[in-house]
Amino acid sequence: MPIHEKSLIRPENLLTHENLEIEGVDVSGHWSTFIESRVVTDYNEALEDEIAALPGGENIHRCWQCGSCTNACTVNALNPDFNPRFWIYLVRTGMEQELLRDKDIIWQCVSCHKCTYVCPRDVVPEGVMKATAHWLELKGHRPKSPSMLFDEVFSEQVFATGKIEEGRTLRGFFKRTGQPLTQDWLVEMIKRLLRHLPVKLMITLGLANVIQPRTRGWAGARAAIEEYVEEQEARQRQALGLDRPPATGAERPLAEAAE
Amino acid sequence: MEERYKKVAYYPGCALEGSGHAYNRSTKAVGEKLGLDLVEVKNWNCCGAMEVKNIDPKLQTYLSSRVMSIAAKEMGFDTVMAPCNGCYHNLKKAEYDLANDPDSVEVVDRLSKKAGHETYEAGEIETIHALDWIKQAIGEDGIRARLENSLKNLKVANYYGCMYTRPRHIFPEKDQGPDSESTTQPHFMDDLLAAAGAEIVDFPLKTSCCGGAHTLSDSDTSTKLVLNLLRAAEASGADVIATECPTCHSGLEMHQVRAEKRFGVKTSVKILYFTQLLGLALGLKPKKVGVHENISDSMAFVKEKGLA
Repeated sequence: MPIHEKSLIRPENLLTHENLEIEGVDVSGHWSTFIESRVVTDYNEALEDEIAALPGGENIHRCWQCGSCTNACTVNALNPDFNPRFWIYLVRTGMEQELLRDKDIIWQCVSCHKCTYVCPRDVVPEGVMKATAHWLELKGHRPKSPSMLFDEVFSEQVFATGKIEEGRTLRGFFKRTGQPLTQDWLVEMIKRLLRHLPVKLMITLGLANVIQPRTRGWAGARAAIEEYVEEQEARQRQALGLDRPPATGAERPLAEAAE
Repeated sequence: MEERYKKVAYYPGCALEGSGHAYNRSTKAVGEKLGLDLVEVKNWNCCGAMEVKNIDPKLQTYLSSRVMSIAAKEMGFDTVMAPCNGCYHNLKKAEYDLANDPDSVEVVDRLSKKAGHETYEAGEIETIHALDWIKQAIGEDGIRARLENSLKNLKVANYYGCMYTRPRHIFPEKDQGPDSESTTQPHFMDDLLAAAGAEIVDFPLKTSCCGGAHTLSDSDTSTKLVLNLLRAAEASGADVIATECPTCHSGLEMHQVRAEKRFGVKTSVKILYFTQLLGLALGLKPKKVGVHENISDSMAFVKEKGLA
């Protein structure tokens, strides 16, 4: 793939010389950029397959790097470093170390589906972003993102009862992320809401907080879903090589064995 | 006009029982006023919203398929109406996957059998949005004929959000010529509110994202996205943004407050569900369509505009 990414040039590899003359031409200063050559030895050849094994990443191999996804991207408009096309390129070429430089923003995809709408190859870049964010967490490259924690709090409630009660989800999320519930804007919002809210509705919403709404006869669905989730988690861990038994003495690398 | 849309299965979804209760109230009130019959799906469950797909997309497909299975097989309906963009999107997505992806069919069948209900099969029911419902069952002429309180003093920016039009392939009935809905320039809400007398402003961000998926987990991003929408609506000359999704609606309201508190940016554009505006135009009182239940206070505003 003949794509030359400017951001692949690391700042520490840019060279400027105060006094440099090459064949009689003065090339001092910053008018032309010299880059220290480097050899990439840390390719992860399994990277594309690993992303493709996670839900949403299945179609990554179809990408032909047109860049429509990044061009349409909602988050890219706020932060130019958020670049789905570039990350797909890094995954496909196995440049894991480069990908890791952006590990803390990939989860910020807002799932607006603009990329999926414009993609001419049906890559479903939105799914690839989710798979990549998931991969980073499964591999232990970063802790679970606030978004992932929210998805978990929400899904656990759906799996358990069939339904969502928003107050419970909100409290659960703030608790799991260690944030206080008394956010100034949240308090202000509730104050505004209470100005007109009829007493009857307040009682209804209050009751929903105490008696959790649930879908009747949900036990069967709950058991089926939980079994499926377990099965998929095992499948994903296997695809990412996370469950391999620890190496025994003979197979252990020499340096490690010497310690 | 679609006669069969006059009686449909109604899937309110979780948000309409919580933060979106004004949307639930106004949808039912408008339906009643227009003589349309809504029969709530029995014992429904969450569609999976924006979250379950991130645990596993096929679980979202299963959850949505269960709702359609009940509406089609147990209740015998050929149409299910969902006012929430998220529910509407997920049911459409499940329909698409079950028609095109054998793996999804296999997983849904396996889970449905274990859960002890009939497996939903693609093509057994049609999912429509509240906009399709009113537009196809009543239409603009029908609204004009029933108009009791024209919205003529209102300038409205119609906000459709993401899930109503994207991605295109799950909405095969859209982009099919002049009478169908468009995925790039949706117009059903414009058509209905224009028929109700409102002045529709040219709002360029009608399908932009409000950041609803990360409203709590990445609040600054959501506030920035919502501020774009609010400012663009004000710049377009709108008094009010009409919404058609409980997540977008509460996102706009929440982050209007948050932008004021955190970024010191105050915007004054009002936020109302399209069903609330339509209800007022049909002569319903503001409380009947839940204007008093919104976070953004529009009670004085609707009185001032002669709609109370």
